[in-house]
Amino acid sequence: MSKEKTKSTVQTTGHAWDGDLQEFNNPLPRWWLWGFYATVVFTIVYWVIFPAWPVGKGYTTGVMNNITYTTTDGKEVTTHWNTRALLLKELGEARAEQAKYIDQLKTASYAEIAKDEEKSAFAYSMAKVLFADNCAACHQAGGNGVIGSYPNLLDDAWLWGGSYQQLENTIREGHNGFMPAFKTSLSEAQIDDVAEYVLSLSGEKVNADKAARGEKIFQGQAGGCHYCHGKDAKGQTSLGSANLTDSIWTIADVPGHNTLEGKKAAIKAVIRNGVSRTMPAWKERLSPTEIKILTFYVHELGGGK
Amino acid sequence: MKHETIETNAGWLIVLTMIVISIGGLVEIVPLYFIDDTIETVQVDGKDTIRPYTPLELRGRDIYMREGCYLCHSQMIRPFRDEDMRYGHYSLAAESQYDHPFQWGSKRTGPDLARVGGKYSNAWHVQHLMNPRNVVPESIMPNYPWLMQPLEYKDVADRMRALRLVGVPYSKDTPEYEANVKQFGKEVADKLNIINAEANLIAEAQEGNFDGNRDDITEMDALVAYLQVLGTMVDFSKFEEGYFATFR
Repeated sequence: MSKEKTKSTVQTTGHAWDGDLQEFNNPLPRWWLWGFYATVVFTIVYWVIFPAWPVGKGYTTGVMNNITYTTTDGKEVTTHWNTRALLLKELGEARAEQAKYIDQLKTASYAEIAKDEEKSAFAYSMAKVLFADNCAACHQAGGNGVIGSYPNLLDDAWLWGGSYQQLENTIREGHNGFMPAFKTSLSEAQIDDVAEYVLSLSGEKVNADKAARGEKIFQGQAGGCHYCHGKDAKGQTSLGSANLTDSIWTIADVPGHNTLEGKKAAIKAVIRNGVSRTMPAWKERLSPTEIKILTFYVHELGGGK
Repeated sequence: MKHETIETNAGWLIVLTMIVISIGGLVEIVPLYFIDDTIETVQVDGKDTIRPYTPLELRGRDIYMREGCYLCHSQMIRPFRDEDMRYGHYSLAAESQYDHPFQWGSKRTGPDLARVGGKYSNAWHVQHLMNPRNVVPESIMPNYPWLMQPLEYKDVADRMRALRLVGVPYSKDTPEYEANVKQFGKEVADKLNIINAEANLIAEAQEGNFDGNRDDITEMDALVAYLQVLGTMVDFSKFEEGYFATFR
């Protein structure tokens, strides 16, 4: 655009700054102007159809734009368009699509799910997501747990029982794992003896004299360990007490140490300080079917009983 | 006023620009104060189940804000199917009615925390805050080991008084206490009483034992107490499925 043409055809706003600094007043491009009018028209249509304007203590709810959703108990509800009803509708549709499988899982026994390839595949894929969202934070993505804190779900040792029924109960109701601290009731020497005995139970080579003394404390009044762990030290699933004879350790990090002293120190720390662990109850966060699916998954992970 | 006056006077330009810009916000926000359905009625047996935070939870919330948790964690589950499946029921306006300021957030580097209460054990929270990699190997959240320092709670009554000024129903005298008993029930009303704030805080920390040590009251106690109450005040099984949709 030449200087000449600019001067002759384009209007200015009429303001002059610093004597000669002026502002062009070009008309808006036509496509832009019509685009603008179109948005205005769209807005008016939108105001009519969707909830929009506040009126007194309420608001316009929109016309010709109802949502009908189906609740879990099969009731149909129609309401004006809103995002909450829209969600209920989407959830209802998803439920209807999955109903074929979910209904089967709801009524099927665990054995039936395990036998049927289609059912178990569906349960598996659903459980994987549920496990990642809800369980993995403690039991880890693969279910291997954290020694000392969260039980490993891959082995066949179960503190609270590994049957379908016991696992389901554990997930539904949660658990409080508790072992008292013995640092005040037992002397350091006694704790040492008990640790030797506990190690001997899983076949470690230990000082026989010390272990014998430890056994007396374990089985007698002084320690009273057998009240929970049992005379045979195999634990009781009703109390969540650990089996001490299977060389599987969930709290004392025995496998993490190569020397007898190291292993003993790990056990002594547990005897001294006790254990207090909580698994939350899931019955309020997860549906019965979701708990069932997770039970099946955990059972399959490693040697469910 | 002539156009030129505004254009050549910076003071006028600023004031008038701000007025024009604020119109957009005002027409969107102000009507919500007057619409009855904005905040849902959440009552079981005639009592509100959503209550202001107890003194300990309140201090936990202060620490949550001090550490900038809101920069990575939102507290707002939107009514979408994917969020419903991952986090649980969408957040209600009523659930943040006593939050000043609210912690909705708009950035999720970490997960949403609106319903984290009760999801994990206290011990998990402690381990996780000390070093998140203890329990979530792939986590990029920083460590917060200093939360084990003693909690400063001498000023908790003052903090409650400040919130009372902006409308949170902490009670400072008998009529207000009686009103709280009516609204929330006696058990809750006792915890909202400013006069007993410090004693309530100590009792709750010791009873709850959130940090795994009963001997001291740490910032960890407060923060975990706060996290464990998030999203737990509404028992959705007590309400019909479409009930909360009727408020929109």
